[in-house]
Amino acid sequence: MTATVQTPGRAATPPPRPLDRRRLLVDAALTALVVLALSFALVGFKIEDVPGGLDLLLRFDDVVVAAALAFLVRLGVDLLGAGRPLPVLATSLALAGALAGLLVAEQGQTEPGALTRWLPFGAVVVDWLVVMIALGFAARAAADLWRRRATVAPVATEASTIAATLRVATRVLGPLLLGVAVTLPFLPEVDRRILDIAILVVTYVMLGWGLNIVVGLAGLLDLGYVAFYAVGAYSYALLAQSFGFGFWTCLPFAGIMAGFAGILLGFPVLRLRGDYLAIVTLGFGEIVRVVLLNWYQFTGGPDGISGIPRPTFFGLELTRTASGGGETFHGFFGLTYSPTDRIIYLYYIVLALALLTNAFTMRIRKLPIGRAWEALREDEIACRSLGINPRNTKLTAFSIGAMFGGFGGAFFATRQGFISPESFTFIESAIILAIVVLGGMGSQIGVVFAAVLLIGLPEIFRDLQQYRMLAFGGAMVVIMLWRPRGLLARRRPTIHLPPEGAGR
Amino acid sequence: MSPPGGQSPASTPLLRVEHLTMRFGGLTAVDDVSFEAADRQITAIIGPNGAGKTTVFNCLTGFYKPTVGRLTLEHPDRGRHLLERMEGYQIPQHAGVARTFQNIRLFGAMSVLENLVVAQHNALMRASGYTFTGLLGGRGYRRAEREAVELARYWLDLVRLTDRADEPAGSLPYGGQRRLEIARAMCTRPVLLCLDEPAAGLNPRESAELRDLLLHIRDRERVGLLLIEHDMTVVMSISDHIVVLDYGRKIADGEPREIRDDPNVIRAYLGEEEDEALPPEVVADRQSARQPGC
Repeated sequence: MTATVQTPGRAATPPPRPLDRRRLLVDAALTALVVLALSFALVGFKIEDVPGGLDLLLRFDDVVVAAALAFLVRLGVDLLGAGRPLPVLATSLALAGALAGLLVAEQGQTEPGALTRWLPFGAVVVDWLVVMIALGFAARAAADLWRRRATVAPVATEASTIAATLRVATRVLGPLLLGVAVTLPFLPEVDRRILDIAILVVTYVMLGWGLNIVVGLAGLLDLGYVAFYAVGAYSYALLAQSFGFGFWTCLPFAGIMAGFAGILLGFPVLRLRGDYLAIVTLGFGEIVRVVLLNWYQFTGGPDGISGIPRPTFFGLELTRTASGGGETFHGFFGLTYSPTDRIIYLYYIVLALALLTNAFTMRIRKLPIGRAWEALREDEIACRSLGINPRNTKLTAFSIGAMFGGFGGAFFATRQGFISPESFTFIESAIILAIVVLGGMGSQIGVVFAAVLLIGLPEIFRDLQQYRMLAFGGAMVVIMLWRPRGLLARRRPTIHLPPEGAGR
Repeated sequence: MSPPGGQSPASTPLLRVEHLTMRFGGLTAVDDVSFEAADRQITAIIGPNGAGKTTVFNCLTGFYKPTVGRLTLEHPDRGRHLLERMEGYQIPQHAGVARTFQNIRLFGAMSVLENLVVAQHNALMRASGYTFTGLLGGRGYRRAEREAVELARYWLDLVRLTDRADEPAGSLPYGGQRRLEIARAMCTRPVLLCLDEPAAGLNPRESAELRDLLLHIRDRERVGLLLIEHDMTVVMSISDHIVVLDYGRKIADGEPREIRDDPNVIRAYLGEEEDEALPPEVVADRQSARQPGC
């Protein structure tokens, strides 16, 4: 999986060396042993809910299979490294073919489970994953073989081609993604479940873009972003409950409140940087959650706030029957009522909010304040020596980032109809931060990819059950190994030198 | 080496440092130093390592608050500023003091041009209506940005980085980074430019270019230069005035010719006179012992 960069001293395909069988076997055996030791407790025992209590399920067969697979994988990697792709190709193709055949046969079986005991793992998705890995090995081995045959002059290095592809891709992908996003509710095969996932993904894209201002542009590591999300959500919920305001009236207030919370957090952390800043923001996030949990008279504590009003379309309600003398959306336009309408409307609201966040960020990057944020990220001392006020610059970054978190929170409240402090735990901050970091700090489109990867895929792969978080962690590790600075870490300058004499 | 045009050095000094003292706990880094720096002149501060030169700079540019002393800057347009009373970021903003750093501090991931535009932050901030009108795309901001780019282009041409304007500043070679840092400081439109060892790490050709650049700045721009430098060929060939520090004290002050012959300076740099009778390795030992490091 490593990208081989062609250097004069090292060919892309290492020439076959004399094979040290003993070393290969020992290496593979050691890997298997490590996997065995790691998975013995984690995979081997599973606590299950059974009627009348808990039961301990033993799954040592899975442990053994995992160790055997690890043995094979390590052997394959070593063989490829030693320039022996042929046996790898044969074995991986055979394995993939056999497994895929079994899986397909299993699906066609009228009586389920007859073939299951021949499969390596109980979960079908994991078995398919094994097939994918085997195919990956086969592809790599085939590429090695082909490259050895073709003794042509060195082609462009793998790394640079990837970079070039990405560069072209980002230019085309932005408009393409936007097109898909706008037309999504009307695409075929898009049902309510997909729309729900899309709303979730776009919410996180928006939060990622908001946090990107603080972390990606201003370089202030914020581990408590969920606090602003919570402030926005509670601002809307409480304003709606106490004064009966609607969503659109409250949305700006939710943003302003969250922005103030950002300034409130910003003041004590002005002198802090890096790890220390991260710790304080982490504490701030927890403080907000604990206050929400314990201020029972005001926030309802653990009971949360329910009955939060849904957004209206210029006063028209998107329900079957209008409440309190109002008019319904389908009634006004003479349409037949469909419960999906409300979901589609929510989707467009969050899409609009997200696009607003993006447009704002793109614009402010080209303004002096945006450049000052980036300069602050690069070197605070140099900023001071240029007369940039670090206090104001940091506070604006915190408050504007927080404002978008507040918008996101208000949307979250109106979508769920019910909020409680449980929705605003640290893991939310961590996921939003992970989206920003994996996407490539400061990259807008990278955030989209990372959000789809981190939010969309786990939702789609709910069948993976307990392996879901494992896959989540695995994906993060792979991305960080493959592109340590994020998926799309290329920064484009905000201003170019016009040709001499132009624009006069 | 008097400045061209025969300026009178008796005019009011641009910068007046009086009784500057800086203590860190028990350590007195700068001890009762007074000197002056004139407009359109190059004033060099020299001295062995640890003599307190950079501390003087840090006091002047607001990174340290001096323990004792008065730092008066006479801005030709904006009047008198007492630097020791100002916040660090206000000194470049209001008093017009710009500086470079001993270890270069550029915004590495930002492009060369962006570095120069960031330096004009305060003017652009005003032009963009403190972001509010700028967000809506006002015409005033666009014009201000165009002017900022033109000023940047002027300096890019001068430091010969025009064709690398869109590259990240961190990818420039060392000499280019040094020149860019000077250009960036000049883009803040200062009246006093403080350069902390600008020739450090430059090869002889680059340091000759640097000399020309500094002379150009002195003769063409309305600024005074304050220079910390170890490279004596640079110092002696371009300075109009030299201040020598040793162990935080000022030991000499005058024109290069006077400094070269000053017995105190010779002693500070080469050790006591009787050392001449000692074997050379002992002299070297004593010299290294005098360098407690910055």
